[in-house]
Amino acid sequence: MSTPVTGSAATPDRGRRGVLNWLLGTWSAGVMGAIVFPIVRYLVPPDVPEATTHSVKAGAAASLLPNTARIVPFGSTPAIVVRTPTGELRAFEGTCTHLSCTVQYRPDLEHIWCACHNGHYDLNGRNIAGPPPRPLETFDANVQGDEIVISRRA
Amino acid sequence: MRRSWFSERLPLAEVEAAIQHKTVPQHRHSIWYYLGGMTLFFFLVQVVTGILLLLYYRPSAAEAYDSVQFIMTRVPFGWLVRSIHSWSANLVVGAAFIHLFSVLFLKAYRKPRELTWISGVLLLFILLAFGFTGYLLPWNELAFFATRVGTDIAGAVPWIGEATVRFLRGGPEVTGATLTRFYGVHVAVLPAITTLLLGLHLVLVQYHGMSVPPSVEARAAREGRPVRVMPFAPHFALRDLFGWTVALAMLAGLSAYLPWELGTRADPFAPAPAGIQPEWYFLWTFQALKYMPAHVLGIDGELVAIGLMSVGALALIFLPLLDRNTDRSRRIVTLAAIAAIIVMVSLTVLALAGGGGH
Repeated sequence: MSTPVTGSAATPDRGRRGVLNWLLGTWSAGVMGAIVFPIVRYLVPPDVPEATTHSVKAGAAASLLPNTARIVPFGSTPAIVVRTPTGELRAFEGTCTHLSCTVQYRPDLEHIWCACHNGHYDLNGRNIAGPPPRPLETFDANVQGDEIVISRRA
Repeated sequence: MRRSWFSERLPLAEVEAAIQHKTVPQHRHSIWYYLGGMTLFFFLVQVVTGILLLLYYRPSAAEAYDSVQFIMTRVPFGWLVRSIHSWSANLVVGAAFIHLFSVLFLKAYRKPRELTWISGVLLLFILLAFGFTGYLLPWNELAFFATRVGTDIAGAVPWIGEATVRFLRGGPEVTGATLTRFYGVHVAVLPAITTLLLGLHLVLVQYHGMSVPPSVEARAAREGRPVRVMPFAPHFALRDLFGWTVALAMLAGLSAYLPWELGTRADPFAPAPAGIQPEWYFLWTFQALKYMPAHVLGIDGELVAIGLMSVGALALIFLPLLDRNTDRSRRIVTLAAIAAIIVMVSLTVLALAGGGGH
């Protein structure tokens, strides 16, 4: 520096400069902490409490023909309601256990299929072919009046 | 070794030498040299907090208000981020105004710094546009009506007035389309223009160095000595940094003790409430419009006001070319600036006091 403020770098100044540097460092660390901490907390999205869905109405029973299915919202995730070729009602979570795509019903194969990575599930929700690691969660499907009601098993 | 790898590929030594050799003149007006840096600091705070707000804000008439409320009440430190953004928005305009007038009074716009001045004035106008567009984004009642009034003024311009209003609003009225439009301008168009202008401004400041006021120059010449200087690194830089820390503490304090209110949700079909006001830096124009008679010499009053302000804005931009840099012309500039400050301050005070009726 062309104009030193604390005289020469002689020994007595060493200690003083050390203290000043320490103060400067602590101050900078404090300021940085006071900036970074709120920002990090801000970036973490707050939990939006969502009522856990236990059961939803899944539309008219009569309009769901054998060997077809429909996707209905179950809370914030999809569920799939299947009328089997023999006329039974079945309901499963609609999210593939592999990488979270939404599954669909394949009338030609007569089972549930995920288009993303060719995952197959049978009509009990079991993963029978392809990459899915687990079966689909099974929901209860009942008919109340004319309406299908699906609910999570306790 | 790392260092040498980089210095073989980057002009590190040159940059370091430039920083080591950079000096700042030291005299009794030196304090004003910190104002540009202070404006830059508040602007950077706006960039950071603005990006943070983008993570939760939703730019639609249906969701904007609720999303800001969500930020203020649910997001950790969201109230702090939003309040800092609002406070800093005001302080950046304030700092820019003080910076402009200090540069003007110290005559730092003289040759060869004309382009620095022009880019600076344009940056101030951009800041005002940031303020005007950002004001609407929370979609509250106050902002809604202030925007209706503000955009309506453009309608007084002959021939292109109506088209301009439609262009500004994205339709004939202030609606969700206006909100989306203002949002796009606020977060994309203005930042892009600012990046270019600010880059130019800062490069020019580095290239020319700090201007020494004529009075200081004359005095040094009389006494036959060079103007005293201070090394930029670390002397000036540390002082700058200290000022920035104080500014940050001030922002945090203001936000904690005087958090920015959200107001009530905008309802396009509710009557305008009393006391609709723009941001303080537009108050003097707002007040001037109130005092403007409906017709001046047969010309529409609003049009006269717009004309006068346009002339003023142009004079401000081209001030370095108007001032012929004689003692007399410099004195005229100083007196004109003082007159302008008195007019602006009195009109603002009158507006705050409710003069001219609400």
